[in-house]
Amino acid sequence: MISLENSRFAAWVQSIGGRVIRAIERLGRASVFFMKIVAAIPSIVKRPSVTIKQIYSVGVLTVVITVVAGGFVGMVLAFQGYYTLVDFGAESSLGLLVALSLTRELGPVLSALLYTGRAGSALTAEIALMKTTDQLAALEMMAVNPVERIVAPRMAAGIIAVPLLCAMFTLVGIMGGYFVGVIQLGIDSGVYWASIRDGVDIYDDLVNGFIKSAVFGTIVTWVSVFEGYDAYPSAEGISSATTRTVVTASLAVLGFDYILTALMFGL
Amino acid sequence: MSGPIQTSNTDPIVAVDGLGFSFDGNEVLRELSMEIPRYGVNVIMGPSGCGKSTLLNLISGRLCPDRGEVRVFDTPLANLSETELFDLRRNIGMMFQSNALLTDLNVFENVAFPLRENTDLPEALINKLVLMKLEQVGLRGTKDLMPGELSGGMQRRVALARASAMDPDLLLYDEPFTGLDPISLGVITKLVRELTDALNTTSVVVTHDVSEGLSIADRVILLGNGTVLARGTPQDLLDSDQADVRQFLHGLPDGPVPFHYPAHDYQDDLVGKF
Repeated sequence: MISLENSRFAAWVQSIGGRVIRAIERLGRASVFFMKIVAAIPSIVKRPSVTIKQIYSVGVLTVVITVVAGGFVGMVLAFQGYYTLVDFGAESSLGLLVALSLTRELGPVLSALLYTGRAGSALTAEIALMKTTDQLAALEMMAVNPVERIVAPRMAAGIIAVPLLCAMFTLVGIMGGYFVGVIQLGIDSGVYWASIRDGVDIYDDLVNGFIKSAVFGTIVTWVSVFEGYDAYPSAEGISSATTRTVVTASLAVLGFDYILTALMFGL
Repeated sequence: MSGPIQTSNTDPIVAVDGLGFSFDGNEVLRELSMEIPRYGVNVIMGPSGCGKSTLLNLISGRLCPDRGEVRVFDTPLANLSETELFDLRRNIGMMFQSNALLTDLNVFENVAFPLRENTDLPEALINKLVLMKLEQVGLRGTKDLMPGELSGGMQRRVALARASAMDPDLLLYDEPFTGLDPISLGVITKLVRELTDALNTTSVVVTHDVSEGLSIADRVILLGNGTVLARGTPQDLLDSDQADVRQFLHGLPDGPVPFHYPAHDYQDDLVGKF
């Protein structure tokens, strides 16, 4: 007979239970925080310059990495796709393969992951440092709600910036595919573009990709600002909050990608 | 208003009654009752960890007490909505130990911030007010610099200008004398006194720096063990023969606050009995 109070097994089960409870509690706090942000979003019109500044820092500053990554992803796709398609004599569909892969999946997902690494982590670190240096407390003492002044503009900026970044990623990716497929491998330029024009559907592919991207932008920014706001105010707390942002947001993007894809194409 | 307390200018600006507060299972404040009268510099002193900063957070409504009541401007904080609390805070200025200047705004915008957020004053008037506040702390020349370009002492002076920007009736200072060079220390000490008199306001200074605290205080409250040990004018406290007051004011290493953290018997510990 194992005594439940003292056995190592009981302690192990307890520690798992404790983790689960803490995780659910955090999720609850994050959800309440999300509601507060949503309620505060209308207040951003009072200070449009703050939001515009944030669009610059999370969006414009992420353009270079997005464009470079998009170009390479398109080029690799074209290479891999060409050598698969050519066996079946179907290399005329290369443009469509590249374009569909990018608009449906790779554009929204990869641009969101790049945004997480480049802008999400920075958002967390910035807000956590503001908390550590009492700037958030000072705002409260000056009768300013930090969620309205600090968090909501960043949330709006993320929701605006990520779909635009996704569009750039996709566009540059298709051009990268063109470079490899047409210029290097010798597919006819007209065929490349015609297959894209005929095969890419506005609703199924572009709008769905855009919706995905907007959802990812919301989730990543939400995770980033929550982790920053919830961070333990110390150097160690900031570093672990930043790490958690990247891990949680990346996994959330991939998980929600599955859910959204299933909803959009599986039903 | 109901209740026995009548509102008037002679009523205390802050009244704390039977306050209890625990943090992570540690009792920080127990049964703390005190009143802070209007006008002048009130200094709350006590050793590190005696609950001074917690008390300041309770007075500013950033923390809620476990037990007891806090009244500021004769308003109990317990049942205020966020809007009402923010209304109350427009009349309170606070200076943080870390200065808490907004690092993405320059000096001018930092001081202008509470005015811009809380008033509809025209730009020309805000400009004049900010320059006056900065002139008061001697930093008008730094208005275009970013906080990071200032020394710690200058940052604290900007924080002081910002805290007083709305001409509040209550000014709170969390450890204003900590971490400053002697010249900055002298400047800040003088400014706290001058600003209080010039604005005809009430300052509550929380500090563990005895000489600076006593030099500017009209009234001193000495905290220890989460409660009030002694109160009075600086001279009253210096004349006190209470052992715990003497230990704190004269910086004696041992006394009612023991040098040793509670532990097992020393010899038993050395031979490894524990």
